[in-house]
Amino acid sequence: MSTVVLLIVTGLGLGALYFLIASGLSLIFGLMDVLNFAHGAFLAIGAYGTWWAAGFLPGAGPDGPGFLLALTFGVAAGTLAATLVELCVIRPLYGRHREQILATVGLSLAVPALLQAIWGADPLTFPKPRAVRGTVDLLGAHIPKDRVLLILVAVALFTALWLFNSRTRYGLIVRAGVQDRAMVTALGIDVRRSFTLVFAIGGAAAALAGALGGLYYGVVTPTQGMSLLIFAFIVVVIGGTTSLTGCAIASVTVALVQQFANYYTVAGLGDIAVVIVLAVVLLTRQGGLAAKKSAERVA
Amino acid sequence: MTGGGPLLEAADLNVWIEGSHILQGVTFTMPERGVTSLLGRNGVGKTTTVKALLGLVPRTGRVVFDGADITAEPTHAIVTRGIGYVPEERGIFSALTVAENLRIAERRPGPHRYDLIHELFPELDRRRAQPAGTLSGGQQQMLAIGRALLNDNRLLIVDEPTKGLAPRIVREVADAVARAAEEVPVLLVEQNLSLVRRVAGDAVVLDAGRVVHTGPAPALLDDADRVRELLGVARAAPAPAADTKGRSTA
Repeated sequence: MSTVVLLIVTGLGLGALYFLIASGLSLIFGLMDVLNFAHGAFLAIGAYGTWWAAGFLPGAGPDGPGFLLALTFGVAAGTLAATLVELCVIRPLYGRHREQILATVGLSLAVPALLQAIWGADPLTFPKPRAVRGTVDLLGAHIPKDRVLLILVAVALFTALWLFNSRTRYGLIVRAGVQDRAMVTALGIDVRRSFTLVFAIGGAAAALAGALGGLYYGVVTPTQGMSLLIFAFIVVVIGGTTSLTGCAIASVTVALVQQFANYYTVAGLGDIAVVIVLAVVLLTRQGGLAAKKSAERVA
Repeated sequence: MTGGGPLLEAADLNVWIEGSHILQGVTFTMPERGVTSLLGRNGVGKTTTVKALLGLVPRTGRVVFDGADITAEPTHAIVTRGIGYVPEERGIFSALTVAENLRIAERRPGPHRYDLIHELFPELDRRRAQPAGTLSGGQQQMLAIGRALLNDNRLLIVDEPTKGLAPRIVREVADAVARAAEEVPVLLVEQNLSLVRRVAGDAVVLDAGRVVHTGPAPALLDDADRVRELLGVARAAPAPAADTKGRSTA
């Protein structure tokens, strides 16, 4: 029983990490029709930014409020990077999908290479604040506190994105733009501002995922973003490219399948199990889990 | 206001889509009052002309609105000069509610003419919480027209508002277009000649991407030979009768 509880909670923790990455990808693809392969780069920038700030930024540190400042710095760095990428790389290439893919794939390779050139390829130990060290007991299982933190942050992000989509004018524009971008423009709305905002939000979520991924794995590496990005893309495809709810459900599904398959079969089979789930969803529900709930899209 | 000059001027508009030369030097002006109807057979470039005016398709040529050259402006900037647009396919956001479809069209600062919309289409108020994708075709058209009327526009561009609608709904939509035309100039793309006869003062006829006729709409519609030659129909519809509300019907 305690093993199942542990697998569920750690699976939810991993699912939370996937959601943090995939929610931004989903928003960006849904509104802007951009397959952003550079999303993993924002994650790496968030992770390395937090790691660097915890060690070197005045006022920041590896624990307590100092870590919160370091986390804020890392997320701000990822957000800034995303904003600059949208303005300087993506904006000139709207509607040119092939060039977008080439440009974002290039960034996804260049940023880890740059990080590796500065700090090396070896994993760097990520600071772990005292508050998230150790475990909490739940139904006989010893649950790592950092997994609980991941789940709480993902729930908070889901709520914030839901409120953004349903209660703000920009959210309204995003939901409309997902369906018909040209018509949004024909209503007198400069949809490019929404693009930049969505890209920045996606970058912030990815950077946050990078920092929390550091807590989850205990280390950061230049290529961490790329490996997580693959599963985030699978989540987006399974969840549907325009549904926040579908994205959350798919994140949890993928992570739980992965955890249980890895534990009860052979280590490594979890990844294959995820691919099988992806194939089943694509064959039975084209457009993902949220495909038939068009009225709830991006809600 | 331009003080008696044309409200809208299109000069030598050319549009190429996937290698086809769709608009071939379209040139016309629209006065600052009344309804100007853009007519022509299917596929002659009416909708493309409207999209070219709004910058929704790449084009060459020149567009002047309210005395300002808007050729180089992006679509959102053109529209915020005071243009309401009802596209042929309605452009309703199906996942949004009726109220959200209207709210997204609000331009700052107001006023926003919800009173006019609810006067014309009381059904929209009753269905404000309903997802727009679940509305009937006629209701969606009402929503599209209502959305274009929401702001204090200088021009409405309405593309085939009665296309595919049931006769009863056509009457309601025709009433709405006529009512809107009392307040704001309308560029109307329409194949329903009874509606054109009812509301239009001027007509611009396109054929194969070129303007082949401009002039008063009633004179054109009364000339059966010209109607047959330019529009390919045997005769123009008769003038509409008045309904019980004292309005004329299509």
